[in-house]
Amino acid sequence: MADIVLDKVTKKYPDGTTAVHEIDLEIADGEFIILVGPSGCGKSTTLNMIAGLEDISSGELRIAGERVNDKAPKDRDIAMVFQSYALYPNMTVGENMAFPLKLAKMPKAEIDKKVAEAAKVLELTEYLNRKPANLSGGQRQRVAMGRAIVRSPKAFLMDEPLSNLDAKLRVQMRTQVSRLQKQLNTTTVYVTHDQTEAMTLGDRVVVMRGGYIQQVGDPQTLYDNPHNLFVAGFIGSPSMNFLPATVEESKLRTPLGDLPLGDRVRRALSGADAPRQVILGIRPEHFEDARLIEEHQRAKGFEFTAPVDLVESMGSDKYVYLTVEGEHAVAADLEDLAADAGGADLPPQDNLVTRLSAESRVRDGADARVWMNLDKIHLFDPRDGHNLTLHEGQAAGVNAA
Amino acid sequence: MTVVSRQKAASPEAAVPSRRAGLSEGKKQERRLGWLLCAPAALVMVAVTAYPILYSIWLSLQRYDLKFPENREFIGLANYATVLTNNYWWTAFGVTMLITVISVAVELVLGMGLALIMHRTIIGRGLVRTSALIPYGIVTVVAAFSWRYAWTPGTGYLANLFSPEGAPLTERASALAIIIFAEIWKTTPFMALLLMAGLALVPDDLLKAASMDGASWWQRFTKVMLPVMKPAILVALLFRTLDAFRIFDNIYVLSAGANETSSVSMIAYNNLMKGLNLGIGSTMSVLIFLTVAIIAFIFVKLFGTAAPGSDDVDGRR
Ligand SMILES: Nc1ncnc2c1ncn2[C@@H]1O[C@H](COP(=O)(O)OP(=O)(O)OP(=O)(O)O)[C@@H](O)[C@H]1O
Ligand SMILES: [Mg+2]
Repeated sequence: MADIVLDKVTKKYPDGTTAVHEIDLEIADGEFIILVGPSGCGKSTTLNMIAGLEDISSGELRIAGERVNDKAPKDRDIAMVFQSYALYPNMTVGENMAFPLKLAKMPKAEIDKKVAEAAKVLELTEYLNRKPANLSGGQRQRVAMGRAIVRSPKAFLMDEPLSNLDAKLRVQMRTQVSRLQKQLNTTTVYVTHDQTEAMTLGDRVVVMRGGYIQQVGDPQTLYDNPHNLFVAGFIGSPSMNFLPATVEESKLRTPLGDLPLGDRVRRALSGADAPRQVILGIRPEHFEDARLIEEHQRAKGFEFTAPVDLVESMGSDKYVYLTVEGEHAVAADLEDLAADAGGADLPPQDNLVTRLSAESRVRDGADARVWMNLDKIHLFDPRDGHNLTLHEGQAAGVNAA
Repeated sequence: MTVVSRQKAASPEAAVPSRRAGLSEGKKQERRLGWLLCAPAALVMVAVTAYPILYSIWLSLQRYDLKFPENREFIGLANYATVLTNNYWWTAFGVTMLITVISVAVELVLGMGLALIMHRTIIGRGLVRTSALIPYGIVTVVAAFSWRYAWTPGTGYLANLFSPEGAPLTERASALAIIIFAEIWKTTPFMALLLMAGLALVPDDLLKAASMDGASWWQRFTKVMLPVMKPAILVALLFRTLDAFRIFDNIYVLSAGANETSSVSMIAYNNLMKGLNLGIGSTMSVLIFLTVAIIAFIFVKLFGTAAPGSDDVDGRR
């Protein structure tokens, strides 16, 4: 067990691509940290540098306080689980799990004991004599985990370990990975491009894009207080709605209507370089059927009417897609998000996704009267995507006048 | 093929019986289609190879010397008895085996090294690969002549360098060494090419996993790469062994079979073409054919357990 520190770590590939730019990250002992981001953002590269499979171009990597930049992978005492599982096809399940111990010259009896223990934890005991070719995907995945845990390494690195499994199995294994990590309490760095996995598994989540860290924080903080448009759009499913908005004296002109400007938003927008054109972001759950809103709440929000495109009833609540006329929000961050549809399921631009109570009687085709919580809106600068309404890490909503 | 599928069906996780029947129905049709698709090629093969083979077997059962054609007579297996009790034959057989074993073994090691280099180089990959393949691209006879001149006393640079006194191509041991050397020089690139295809079969992740598990370079090579490459290695060995066993042109040019350096192909040729003894020559050809068939059979038996996907029939389980 050990902490891992990345100090201005950069990776430049021989062909000139800089895959990771001066990343600073401190991973505490026993922490479960997730690297998440769209394809090609440098997650695997970062992980491989921690593993020692890729050289570090500049910066320093410390494991348990010791600089390990120049140490070979085998001397770092770290175990890794690969997306492809990377099981040795010529060895049985038991031999696969025993391999690292054998290389460490552990006595045979001890190896057998450790393998048996790990097999029991992972429910692999009856498959110990099988070859990987004769296992199901989930079983192979567990063997890969088993090979990592038998060694009791300083840290686990996992590169999309669940993405080759089908959806149901993935959810099961997610719980198992989480439980295992809690049990062993070993520092774990886990790479995924699935934001649901990131939100549910990690103590902390690192959102990456194009080789830069966008934001680091616990899942709830990322969800509530995204630093920029990219994080806002990437975290959450269905993702945040984005609308173009124009700041005018005391109001915010949007395709939904003119919203009143609260004091704090006015202050946020008062800087000399504050933009007139902004992007308004609001999550689906911050809407409600106007008829279900109590009087004292009504004042905190804003009501509007829009045609209903589609209603999806989930039982516990309803996803209602509203049609919004007018322009679309435009920003580089949003284009990046749209390009990476796998990471964030952005709503079609013409639709506003809202999550209303199950009691709502909104119907397809009809117009709906919808209330929106102004405390929860975010305003983003379309030029660089940063969150204008974030003060000392807290989102300050637009207060109702 | 059949062995594999039978074993699969017998393993516990096989499909339920009703589905198994459906599967084998499809399999049967697939197999029938396979035969149909192979049929034209198989027919041509039979026409082109079966006739000469059968004819030489027929010849091998006769006393038939073109110098005394009137003595032609069916004598059963007498030719085989003659050849198999003859010292020349067994000397040639020993020489051929020696050349085969040594050259294939050395080629395997060198070829593996070359394959690893070609697989790993990033800069100038094309150049490295092309230059490595040059020996294989040169016509064997041409290469053999250049070796012969190089080893000719007085004029050859290698002869002057290594044995200014003697004539290496006229002494048995040194002549064999030169023949083996020429053979290795010539076909190592081919071996490397086949092995490189095998290297491509080893997933990068597997090697990364092995280094994470604490394997040194050598351990990764022996414990991960070689087992995964085993089928490719066996194919390469089979091709090269069969090839090497039929060695002819290098010997023909370099020593002409003098000083007991003849291979079995050489003495078969000498009997057939120079001695015009069709009976004995054909007998030798048939014996070479049988040896090659036995070698191939042994390798194919080995393959059975090494082919990918046949882990379940692996005897060690
Ligand atoms: N060996 C390499 N040489 C040059 N560029 C590379 C190499 N490996 C990766 N890259 C580049 O570095 C960037 C980051 O790659 P990386 O594999 O870390 O992405 P990732 O975040 O893991 O993506 P994914 O989710 O698709 O696995 C990509 O733009 C990729 O093209
Ligand atoms: Mg990756």
